Amino acid sequence: MSLTLRINGEDCVIASDPETPLLFVLRDELKLKGAKLGCGLEQCGACAVLVDGEATLSCVAPAATFEGREIVTVEGVADIAEGRRVQDAFVAANAAQCGYCTSGLVVAATALALVGRPVSREEAKAALEPHLCRCGAHPRVLEAVEIATSTP
Amino acid sequence: MSLKDYPLLSDWLTLKDGRLYVRTGKVDIGQRISTALVGIVRQELTLPSDAIEVETVRTDRSPDEGMTSGSNSIEQSGYALRLAAATLRKAATNMALARIGGRPEDLRLEDGAFQAPGSNLPLSILDLAVEVDFRQPVDESAPLMPQTDGVGFPMRGLTELVRGTYRFLHDLDVPNMLHARVPRPPHARAWLEDVDTKTVEALESSGIKVIRDGSFLAVAGPREWPVIRAAQRLSGACRWNVTESLPEGDVFNLLTRENATRLAVIDGSPRTDAPVPEPLRVVDVCARYERPFTMHGALGPSAAMAVWDGTKLEITSHSQGIYILRESIAESLDLAPENVVISYMPGSGCYGHNGADDAAYEAALLAMVLQGSPVLLKWTRDDEHAWEPYGPASAVELSAKLGTDGRLAAFSAEAIGGTFRGRPRSGPDRAGPAKLLANHYREASVGPQPGAPNMNRQGGLHRNLNPIYDIPETRFVKSLVTQMPLRTSALRCLGAALNVFGIESFIDEIAQLSGQDAFDYRRFHLTDPRALSLLDRLEAALSRHPKAEGCGRGIAYGQYKNAMTRVAVAVDLTVNDAAEIKLQTAWIAADAGRIVDRDGLIAQLEGGFLQAASWALHEAVTWDRDGVTSRDWDSYRVLRFPEVPAIHTDLIERPGDPSVGAGEASPGPTLAAIANAVYDATGLRMRRLPFTPDALTAAALAT
Repeated sequence: MSLTLRINGEDCVIASDPETPLLFVLRDELKLKGAKLGCGLEQCGACAVLVDGEATLSCVAPAATFEGREIVTVEGVADIAEGRRVQDAFVAANAAQCGYCTSGLVVAATALALVGRPVSREEAKAALEPHLCRCGAHPRVLEAVEIATSTP
Repeated sequence: MSLKDYPLLSDWLTLKDGRLYVRTGKVDIGQRISTALVGIVRQELTLPSDAIEVETVRTDRSPDEGMTSGSNSIEQSGYALRLAAATLRKAATNMALARIGGRPEDLRLEDGAFQAPGSNLPLSILDLAVEVDFRQPVDESAPLMPQTDGVGFPMRGLTELVRGTYRFLHDLDVPNMLHARVPRPPHARAWLEDVDTKTVEALESSGIKVIRDGSFLAVAGPREWPVIRAAQRLSGACRWNVTESLPEGDVFNLLTRENATRLAVIDGSPRTDAPVPEPLRVVDVCARYERPFTMHGALGPSAAMAVWDGTKLEITSHSQGIYILRESIAESLDLAPENVVISYMPGSGCYGHNGADDAAYEAALLAMVLQGSPVLLKWTRDDEHAWEPYGPASAVELSAKLGTDGRLAAFSAEAIGGTFRGRPRSGPDRAGPAKLLANHYREASVGPQPGAPNMNRQGGLHRNLNPIYDIPETRFVKSLVTQMPLRTSALRCLGAALNVFGIESFIDEIAQLSGQDAFDYRRFHLTDPRALSLLDRLEAALSRHPKAEGCGRGIAYGQYKNAMTRVAVAVDLTVNDAAEIKLQTAWIAADAGRIVDRDGLIAQLEGGFLQAASWALHEAVTWDRDGVTSRDWDSYRVLRFPEVPAIHTDLIERPGDPSVGAGEASPGPTLAAIANAVYDATGLRMRRLPFTPDALTAAALAT
């Protein structure tokens, strides 16, 4: 009995053990390397993907638990208008240093943009709380979120 | 230094397929150096940035510029590349003149092409470059283009990052690749007694390779998750000898003169030929400031890939020092250095010597056993937190005698701490191999060696030990404690973080005691006009933002290594009923000489502020006799988004002054500004990092 997951708009038949955390199915089987392995403990946010439009950590929960859900990885974010706006805003704000946290943050910011209204700085900070950035690019990331969520 | 060893144009620039490739020995460790280096070359040649690429840094090809550390890359690689690009422009100019005639001053260079008056045929500099002899020496007197401050340098790789297509070392995926993990001992002094053979057999029959060399153990296999599970299973099947345990107790009690090798520090350099100076005879004020073991805490755990073909060992690493790493790995494995090639590929930001070098060596060990298979070894989060070489616990003891006018008449500073010198630098007695973690656990083990003190000017513990202020009588001592409970190495700023924290807190304390303004008191002791103008700018900015009700405000000033970027920092913060510090607003004023990459400079200053804020509020490694206990992001807290204040950064332009490194300039002043603001808010002098609610509560109870 094989597992099928809907990822970036396509149905993908998964060969890995369904108990494998989603992140390893994405990276190792499907070669979608955008989501990062940072802790494997749901503590750092580097592995975030969109699941039914919500930023969701993928490094612990088994792939099987995502059956029937709409998964969008950072590679698929550009197919969403809000996602493209977020990507452009990150580029405009130079919102990265080493960039290891960036894909998780782009995903989280896209989830915020999908809410469809301007997001205050305090709301953005709260929403990004699960995401660590060790280089200190936070101010630029917050600026990018502001740009992406304020322009329709 | 870089140009002396690599004098040829081809050492720095090459032409391939119509594009110009920058050769540098400096690597991108999250500080965006390649963006700045491309920017420098681009401005000399007026080329669009997509005409310039950066060659992968490799030990068999790139200029050996030593470590990418100490905020030196702009001054070293940047200087060499600017002159190399100017040499190329000069050669291309001559070539253009030979073709079209005329005088050099008539040629206009714009968008990478020469334009002669009355001609509508632009001559592309890259086309001309094809005929340039790149084996000519870099001309140190080649005329330089006026460089602007690099507004709008596009950050290299950013578009790929936001699309998820940028490739980190961790993302490598090549045919026949094996993933690998290392089950580790409970702590650094444990040894492997035995492993349950049934478990090993079961793993091996499921296609997992189990490798053991003494107490070094590893698993490898084609899929990552089964390898992770195998490592967990194998961990459970190990019997470790834990007769020895980690030394427990308050590490700050170890940081004493009696436990240390002491050296006089004169003019920024430790000296063996001068006696350790006597303490000040009269002391009006004294205080000791302390910092615990601190992690680099890279977001991506260390990783490396290695492949051995029977003759040559090829390693991909995100180490800051691939040249010294190559020497030490070659020595460890008894290979000729030329048969070990290390290529750099980015990992996450590293902030110093983290587990990258150890992971490279471990991947190499596995590759030698698994000949022909590329091995991608990754540390786990637990590995990184428990096994990376931390920034050392350290203390700085300050004392001062004041003149009748309240000014500093005499000043003493003694830095006491563990070593920042843990990099695998080769030397006598297998010093290089001894610094690679797995060497302690192999059958033919190389034991750790006590580090020798860093004798460089403004080196390890003594970096920024001498205050930037004018003081008539001074005494400086570096005291290295070699018997420390945990392994340590270089962490961003080295001693400058603690020393500037100490000095700038101490100055604040003295100003407070003598009833003087924090700005004025610093100005009394400064003559450097650039320092004074930074303080003026910061004071003016603050005067436009009156301190809010209930806020504490603190300032601090420092110049990195007393020679590089000058930074003044101010912080407004509140302390709530739960004794939690809430950063509200920060101001950074900085002078880094001529600005190369304006946005990159701001990013480094603000990034340094936020990393230091994380050190100040949260970070401390904890351990007990059974091992390190801060093993994840809950037990080792770091700054998160909700804690980030508004930051206002003000750069002073100095187009006529040399560019100086800025990557480590802001953390020291930041630590002190926060401590001084806490004092302003609460009346509590916090002299030991971090300022956690527990620490604040204890300080309040002690008063």
